Amino acid sequence: MGMTMNAISRSQIYVLDQDAALDFYVNKLGMEVNTDQDLGFMRWLTVNLPGDPEREILLEKPGPPALDPATAEQVRELLTKGALGGYLFMTTDDARKTHEDLVAKGVEITDEPTERPYGIDFGIRDPFGNRIRIGQMFPGA
Amino acid sequence: MSRAVEESNRAMLRARDAMDRAYAEPLDIPALARIAHVSQAHFIRTFRATFGETPHRYLQRRRVERAMSLLVETNRDVTDICYAVGFGSLGTFSRTFRQIVGESPSDFRRQRLAPANVPSCFTKAWTRPSSFG
Repeated sequence: MGMTMNAISRSQIYVLDQDAALDFYVNKLGMEVNTDQDLGFMRWLTVNLPGDPEREILLEKPGPPALDPATAEQVRELLTKGALGGYLFMTTDDARKTHEDLVAKGVEITDEPTERPYGIDFGIRDPFGNRIRIGQMFPGA
Repeated sequence: MSRAVEESNRAMLRARDAMDRAYAEPLDIPALARIAHVSQAHFIRTFRATFGETPHRYLQRRRVERAMSLLVETNRDVTDICYAVGFGSLGTFSRTFRQIVGESPSDFRRQRLAPANVPSCFTKAWTRPSSFG
């Protein structure tokens, strides 16, 4: 059977506060709001990297009715201790420059830029506990 | 109540990230407690409640994980690696390594192959020796 899927168009991470998420992902990381719409039952908030609107990240707030209050609380607790698993990988043309920019904006660096077999990359954390890794990949890596 | 837990968790995570970054430096509980905005005694207690082990034990596992990586991926000698990852003496390093990994650094080196080329953060997290049995 032939595979007919052709792209990963949307991914999701949990955030504690969508306004704070917007500030971080747009004002600090330089992403763009793709969609910010109140659907009534939830605020549908997605961002994408400039020039790449086909790949959106949904910034979802855990809570009822999708999750019961106790489960939502567990999600929030795991997220804030870095154990929920939200992880974004992004690429850049210049890891050291990007790192400098983010340091200047007060972003939390978890791992300084380091040269690896596959490229130069570094790690940051969003205000809620999600991990983000930004890499300048070597050709063919 | 839950908001307080979230803030505490996030502060502890911030301190743990700082330990991860500066793993080769001496464990600086006063500095970590300041990062987490708590007293030193409260920091150790809360760290343990949050992550299931003391800051000291976490740092030991972090250093041993780095040592495991250097043993497999480089030709540096064991003493050199011991100091590079932050241990103050070869005796402490060998004892801690054996206690956590179950074999000596040189035995470990002989038996392992370098891992596949995956992002190093995953290698770090998943090769960190467990203290949870």
